[in-house]
Formats: sequence, structure tokens, C-alpha cells
Amino acid sequence: MIETVIFYVFAVATVTSACAVVTVRNPVHAALFLVLTFFTSAVIWLSLEAEFLAISLVLVYVGAVMVLFIFVVMMLDINIALLREGFVRYLPLGLGVAAIMLLMMLSVVTSDVFVMDLGSEPLPKPADYSNTKALGAVLYTDYVFAFEIAAVILLVAIIAAISLTMRKRGKTKYQNPSAQISVRKGDRLRVIKNMGKEE
Amino acid sequence: MMTLTLSHYLILAAVLFSISIAGIVINRKNIIILLMSIELMLLSVNLNFIAFSHYLDDLAGQVFVFFILTVAAAEAAIGLAILVVLFRNKGSINVEDISEMKG
Repeated sequence: MIETVIFYVFAVATVTSACAVVTVRNPVHAALFLVLTFFTSAVIWLSLEAEFLAISLVLVYVGAVMVLFIFVVMMLDINIALLREGFVRYLPLGLGVAAIMLLMMLSVVTSDVFVMDLGSEPLPKPADYSNTKALGAVLYTDYVFAFEIAAVILLVAIIAAISLTMRKRGKTKYQNPSAQISVRKGDRLRVIKNMGKEE
Repeated sequence: MMTLTLSHYLILAAVLFSISIAGIVINRKNIIILLMSIELMLLSVNLNFIAFSHYLDDLAGQVFVFFILTVAAAEAAIGLAILVVLFRNKGSINVEDISEMKG
């Protein structure tokens, strides 16, 4: 009963804030509404007993990705009026496409073929069940290869983001470590014989 | 009506997905809102995965969501880096201005 109330409250909040994300005028407000959407979705994930993912959604998305979004939006000097042009013109098309897709998905989701006999709520987990522990137990055994690939993807993302945004300035002085290492004595030192003697 | 079923969560995810589709169509000039709509889409897919994981009592869905979160974070970082470079070079982030390749 209480789960149903919580679900409906947060589902309505999620859908409302998602609508606000795509319709508000200011991109900063859109980013903040997206933060609200992530928060309310995290509550719904909590009610589905996915505690670790709910917390990591808040930490990773709200704490890192959305802060990055807001940072970039505030850093760029954006002409909002120019970006809004065509909003009204594409509104009927957008709503039509969305309505068609929604109808198609609903017809699949609510049909008897798809939602089988797993309609009822499964038994709740015991109080000492740890979702994080269970997730870690499969993540580091069955999915360890995929886990390592995810680590490599993050590394590639770091390198790509840095190398894309790094700017070469002409006048900066910097060290060249490979040139420093490969230097030899002959390059720097010149021995002069018979110094100070009259020839 | 009063007991939650899998369909409730799937319908919520379908509504979220449709909203983000509409967002991509109506905000097609604004590349920042486009990126946000893509994040919203990934969120609805993740909700599907978690709902199935809960009702089938199988942790594989949650593992998948974990990897989707990883890839989405990487995608957001690279996408915003491209956006910053684009703004630095063109002074605008309008999608109409990015037409050198005549795609």
C-alpha cells in the first residue's frame, strides 16, 4: 500500500520534471530539472531494492555528470533565443512522434503476451541481505572481464576529454623529458685541451 | 491497481522514453538539451533493467545498469568536451552552424 503511494508520487514527479527538462527556456534550469529527475528515479530504484545503483545514480549522475553539465552550460555564452527558434514549429511533430512511440510501447507492455505471470510482487529480501555485497559477488566473478573493459572505457574517456580540450599555446615553456633523457655528455660538455698555455 | 506490478514500471519507463524522444525532436537546435534528452533516455532504459531484475529476481539486470552508467558517464564527458571545442572554434553551439561536412 505505502509502496504504491510512494511509486505514484515519485513517478508523477519524475514525469513532470522530465517534461520540464525538454521544455524550459533556460538550459541551466533544464539541467537542474534533470537533477530532480535523477533524484526521483533514484527513489524508485530504491523501492525496487536496487540500493547500490540508486546511491551510485545520485553520486555519479547528480554529483559528477550533472555538475559537469551545469559547469559547461554556464561557461559557454549561449544565445537562448537563437536556440529556441523552431521550437513551436517542431512541437506538433515531436508530440506526434512521441505519442506514436508511446502507443506502440504501451501496446506491447500491457499486452498479455509480454507481461507473463510475473505480475505479482516478489517476496521482499531479508533484513540482513546486502545488495552491494550480492552485486559485488557477481561483478568480480562472472562479469570480471566486462568490468575490466568498463575500466578501459573510462580511461579512454579521460584521455579523450583531456586531449580534446587541451589547448596548445605558442609561447609556453615546457620540458621535453625524452630529449632530457637522451642527452649525452658530448652534447653539453666540451673539453678544451691546453687551456691557458701559450701555443 | 493498488498492488504494483511490473507493468507499472515498464509504463513509467515508456513515458520517460517518449518524453526524451519528443525532447530530441523539438529541441533540435540546442545541442545541450539534446545531450540531456539522451541521458533521460538512458535513465528510462535503466529503469526497465532494474524493474526486470527485481521481478525476475536476477542480479544480471543490475550489473547491466552498472555498465550502462559507466558508459553514459564516459559519453557525457566526451560529448561535453566536444561541445567545448566546438564553441571555442565556432563561437556558437547551434546545430545549424555545424554543417561543414554537408551531412
